[in-house]
Amino acid sequence: MSRGLRFVPLALLLAFVGFVAWRLMQPADMTIRSQLEGKPVPAFALPPALAGHASLSSADLATGKPRLVNFFASWCVPCIAEAPVLAELEAWGVAIDGIAVRDKPEDVAAFLQRNGDPYERIGADLQSNVQLALGSSGVPESFVVDGRGVIRYQHVGPIMPQDVGTVLAELEQAR
Amino acid sequence: MIAELGLAALWLAAALALLQLLLALGIGKEAGLKAARPIAVAQGALTLVAFIALIILFLRTDLSVELVAANSHSAKPWLYKFAGAWGNHEGSMLLWVAVLSLAGAALALLERRVGEKMLVATLGAQAALGLGFYAFLLFASNPFSRLDPAPAEGRGLNPLLQDPGLAFHPPTLYVGYVGLSVAFSLAVGAMLTRNVDAALARAMRPWVLASWVFLTLGITAGSYWAYYELGWGGWWFWDPVENASLMPWLAATALLHSVNVLAARGGLKSWTMMLAVVAFSMSMVGTFLVRSGILTSVHAFAVDPQRGTFILVLLAIYVGAALALFAARAATIREGAPFDPVSREGALVVNNLLFSVILGVVFVGTLYPIIAEALSGEKLSVGPPYFNAVAGPLALLLAALLFIGPVLRWRRDKRPLAKWVLPSALTAAAVLAVTFAFVPGMSILARLGLALGIALLPASIMPLFGRSLNRTPLAVWGMVVAHLGVGVALIGMASESAFTREKLAVASPGDKLHVGPWLVELAGVAPVAGPNWTAIEGHLRASRGSGAETLRPQARVFTSPYTETSEAAILTNWNGQLYAVIGKQRADGWQLRLWWKPFVTLIWLGGGLIGLGGLIALVGRLWRERRWGREAL
Repeated sequence: MSRGLRFVPLALLLAFVGFVAWRLMQPADMTIRSQLEGKPVPAFALPPALAGHASLSSADLATGKPRLVNFFASWCVPCIAEAPVLAELEAWGVAIDGIAVRDKPEDVAAFLQRNGDPYERIGADLQSNVQLALGSSGVPESFVVDGRGVIRYQHVGPIMPQDVGTVLAELEQAR
Repeated sequence: MIAELGLAALWLAAALALLQLLLALGIGKEAGLKAARPIAVAQGALTLVAFIALIILFLRTDLSVELVAANSHSAKPWLYKFAGAWGNHEGSMLLWVAVLSLAGAALALLERRVGEKMLVATLGAQAALGLGFYAFLLFASNPFSRLDPAPAEGRGLNPLLQDPGLAFHPPTLYVGYVGLSVAFSLAVGAMLTRNVDAALARAMRPWVLASWVFLTLGITAGSYWAYYELGWGGWWFWDPVENASLMPWLAATALLHSVNVLAARGGLKSWTMMLAVVAFSMSMVGTFLVRSGILTSVHAFAVDPQRGTFILVLLAIYVGAALALFAARAATIREGAPFDPVSREGALVVNNLLFSVILGVVFVGTLYPIIAEALSGEKLSVGPPYFNAVAGPLALLLAALLFIGPVLRWRRDKRPLAKWVLPSALTAAAVLAVTFAFVPGMSILARLGLALGIALLPASIMPLFGRSLNRTPLAVWGMVVAHLGVGVALIGMASESAFTREKLAVASPGDKLHVGPWLVELAGVAPVAGPNWTAIEGHLRASRGSGAETLRPQARVFTSPYTETSEAAILTNWNGQLYAVIGKQRADGWQLRLWWKPFVTLIWLGGGLIGLGGLIALVGRLWRERRWGREAL
């Protein structure tokens, strides 16, 4: 057996170990870029989720400045954890619209009363149709939509304090 | 008390493993040679004590032990308490170590074929493997650590894990994985002492055979479990965890064939040594991939990267050392008798190449998602389209090789071979013609699979022709049965992929659905309740022609923790299975999913035959040695 050939298995092992060791050291990247990023929001029109809030349709999103669309529900526990962060974003001047997924008006009202209300408009997505159309798989989930109604960023799961920077940067880029 | 006893036994065993390694490194000289066997046996006994201690703790549900509190529950049936001992990370690592050192003990007790020096080196290698895992257990995953105060009740009542199949499937695979460590240690011992010869191969062969039988049966059982439990109607998903068990099997299958060349003809020496190292390495790679969570990055919360790092370090040290030894010694290994391309050796070389390529294909496919993510940042998964398209044709080539390989003679074969190949080739051609005539829409892979599978039935018994059946060694019978099993499994796979009929419908009671030859009526839907679940149960009446059979698929909801599962109802006939799953309620009825899968059972029957063949060969080899003595072989 030739000299070079004998070292091939060892070299392959070292390459494998080196590669996976490098991957193990990388922090796990959990972001999934949505296929809809860069595409316009699919057309929809939702009735208001509760009295005192305006309804939400896709036309309402193309207002000339970036907006954050947040899917939430009164039955969703991570949404409670997300609520203070949304309030913080609102304080930064972010325009936030809500879509209440499979919810009842009285439950939404109670949820907003307890956890604060950062939303301008809230649509009621009773059958998850809009949620599915936007390629969202769970609650909470948020989308940055630019002034022309084009989706620029999708955030899966609750926006936590450490994500605020990312979301603000995406909103800035969408400007 | 029992937990402390187990922990003490584990520490003692680790100390003995260290001593055994030192003996192999030359400390103790002559005395060392005498002490090696008893030490290996004592070490095996001690790990057995530790493992039994853990089982007792689980059977008693001793909640002051952290592992028991986290993974068991006093209300569990005793079988699942018992199986719970290895149904978690720490317990399964203890099982791993117990099998490893018991295999070393068995080697020390039984092995008389190889020289004493080489045996000491082999036991040293086995002890070195053991040491790493003892360290892992004692420092990073102690199964015996106590909780103070003890909780009132355990937390482990996961209903999904309460299945008899799941209780015994992992240990079966484990025995297979870890059994390959003996082949690894023997190869290392032989290369260290420059004793790579036929006697080594004969010592290695029963270990490879036994591990391979366990792996084969474990994979077959796992495939059936996924089929009936997951309710997706598929039998193999090319999931990383499945691939982790398939890769050692592929390497072990190649090794199983090449070790015969070394035992019978003294050939393929370096290649066999390399395969022996690779086979156990694949066991470790599989363990690493599953436990580090590097592959299932989206589900990374279920695993622990630190444990992954530990296993990776062990893997790098052991496999690196063995491959470095291989690189250093490969030049000094003299190859045995030469052979012609058309010969038994030639066919086995082709077999080994094909198995190695399939192994490479599965390995790359399994790792490809992380490679792609590293290179382009893209998240993707590699599934059946890749694996079937690449591994399928290679597997079919292997099947075709079985027409000729087993009947060839060692060294060179100048006989006219048409006599042997023609019957099977004609059978295959006839089946192909029939499928082209009657089933035009069949995929090429399924068509060839069906043809080769059916032709393998006569081809696999060819080696018996011209032999006196009474005097045919059991090992040859084993080979025939195993190759027959390949044919049977291939027919099942081809039939399942080509002839499955599927029906997905929303049905209300009274509705009738056609699927394949069956007429299935949804007679009713009723709620039922079990000890810790509630379910809706469909009542299906299935008939083809006359008579009616009843199927009762369930959609279950477990209460603690909240889990939805679907219990498929499967009706087995001689020529296939009717598979029914009931789903959610819709406004206009219930989701029903029906499959008619002709001859699907042949897949697992074939897998069982392959394992049985290995078992027959193993018994034959051991019995013959006992009867004729070691030199006669």
